[in-house]
Amino acid sequence: MTDRDVEVGVFTVLMAVVLVLGFGAARWRAPQDPHTLEEWGAGGRAFGNWTIWFLIGGSMYSAYTFVAVPALTYGIGAIGYFAVPFAIITTPLTFVFTTRAWSVARRHGFLTHSEFASARFGSPGLGAAVAVTGILATMPYVAVQLLALQAVLRTVGFGGEWPLLAAVTVMSVCTFRSGLRAPALLSVVKDVLMAWMLLTALLVVAMYGGWDRTFRVSGEYFAGTPSPVDGLLLPDTGHLGFLTLVIGSALAVFAYPHALVGMLAAKDRATVRRNAAALPIYCLALALMALLGFFALARGVTPVDGDLNTVVPRLIHEFFPSWSAGIAYAALSVAALIPAAVMSIAAASAFTRSLYRPYLRPGASPATEARVSRWVSLLVKFGAAALILAVDPAFSVDLQLIGGVIILQTIPATFLGLLTGWFHRAALIAGLLTGLTAGVAMLYDVPKLDATGRVVAEHFGGTSWSLGNGSTVYVGIVALLLNLAVAALATVLLRAAGVPGGGDATRPDDYLADAGDARLKRLDDLIDGLPRRHTVPAASGSTPGLRGGHRLTL
Amino acid sequence: MAPRAPRSRHWQWLLILPAVAPLLTPFANRIEPVLLGVPFFFWYQFACALFAIVVISAVHLATRDGGHD
Repeated sequence: MTDRDVEVGVFTVLMAVVLVLGFGAARWRAPQDPHTLEEWGAGGRAFGNWTIWFLIGGSMYSAYTFVAVPALTYGIGAIGYFAVPFAIITTPLTFVFTTRAWSVARRHGFLTHSEFASARFGSPGLGAAVAVTGILATMPYVAVQLLALQAVLRTVGFGGEWPLLAAVTVMSVCTFRSGLRAPALLSVVKDVLMAWMLLTALLVVAMYGGWDRTFRVSGEYFAGTPSPVDGLLLPDTGHLGFLTLVIGSALAVFAYPHALVGMLAAKDRATVRRNAAALPIYCLALALMALLGFFALARGVTPVDGDLNTVVPRLIHEFFPSWSAGIAYAALSVAALIPAAVMSIAAASAFTRSLYRPYLRPGASPATEARVSRWVSLLVKFGAAALILAVDPAFSVDLQLIGGVIILQTIPATFLGLLTGWFHRAALIAGLLTGLTAGVAMLYDVPKLDATGRVVAEHFGGTSWSLGNGSTVYVGIVALLLNLAVAALATVLLRAAGVPGGGDATRPDDYLADAGDARLKRLDDLIDGLPRRHTVPAASGSTPGLRGGHRLTL
Repeated sequence: MAPRAPRSRHWQWLLILPAVAPLLTPFANRIEPVLLGVPFFFWYQFACALFAIVVISAVHLATRDGGHD
């Protein structure tokens, strides 16, 4: 058996195991009534500490991150490392904001940001706008996951289009059947494989000259390139661009529909908070992956067909023992499929709850909602696959950058809305439209430069808006500031003119409600239309603190 | 549910530290001191992640009301 056979063999066997597990996930801590949207979309909302940790890690730290971030450090150096501080600052924000989001969503039965925005500001129109923005931003995000998967498959030797379609079909079948349970269960598998991959990577680096050599050679390489922005450190003019990108990306995490879906499946507030404390562990893994980009550079790894996404798969192929390489490929593939699944579930929920129910079919039963969501999630996944098969892959990455900028524009309604209901609904819609227009206009105006600074494309060349003196600023943040300014100003004007705002359906104590709160349960019943008789508590009962969740079930 | 003790919520202000620490790039943008061959700019973020774990855990423990969560 050749090394190649071992690599492909291990990969194929592991993917088969993943398929069986994903398909069997529906039976994992099975619910009594699997046909409501809540059950399908948020795992019955009863996952404990460990499950949530794996699920969030699985959906936020995706293959795209683990493939694209090293590709960035490989290509440009320090600036590509922005993903690490960005990931770290999301964790204290999660502790505060996601806990509030969990409480208010649990009391009102929200599955998505868009429902929250609609209730908070008394405006189904705002909810619909947030939902549409979320779905538009999520589609290309799913597409880049599939691109990362394609890069892995291509390196393994499964070229062409059918392997990608096969993988998407498998994942769709799993999700269709098991809802959030499939990605949650597979996240555990993914993290085990990923841990193995990181361990191998560390050993490989130690065996091939260590970090000393890696950074010395990389430093010499960057010093020799004509580009002024690459290097082991940020250029003097690079701080503003770097920091605005970090902050913008961190905020965007709280606006993407899929971030909320994972956390909503948590059993109680403490689960969300403990997870916020443990999530930086994923940041360490991400930082390590980012450093691997330098290792690849120092060892002269070259990408397939100039596609930087293949740097990590190539590195694995050239330096890992073949069976470990098989494991690493499987880890990356599962890491692409899980977020694709969670994102499509989230986008589907946003459609069902904020567009289908209020506008297309008022009074849809929970069973109808669940059915519509399943089909929409399928549509999202295959839509994303079609997107990357139909258009140039480079263009899907551009679409994802646009997605990041446009999702940021829902921050005033969804993220700030968790703190304050002060904004006027019409002002928020005006701000959102301003931010979207300004963001897309600025992106259109960013030329694409090659390594020497020559313009290779006139438009949509990235998200760094040049300020003229060598400094750049992240387009998303500028658009968000405009958005906020318009929303605030319009709110003041509308209030002064006496235009009535929407009624706030939430109350201050909704943001603090925890498992065991009586109204939590009653309202859930009200919104489901079905009594929740039974919720299986977490398997581990070792921490006395976990008990709080049981009261939900009584 | 019982109202939360206002005293315990002040602990949340501590969370500003791990949220700001990773953003101090003017301070962190240097090669020295190198740790295990890794320039400061890069290992500083590892330190920030560990710091975030410590601070968030501390705030979680301090703001738990009466051990019921």
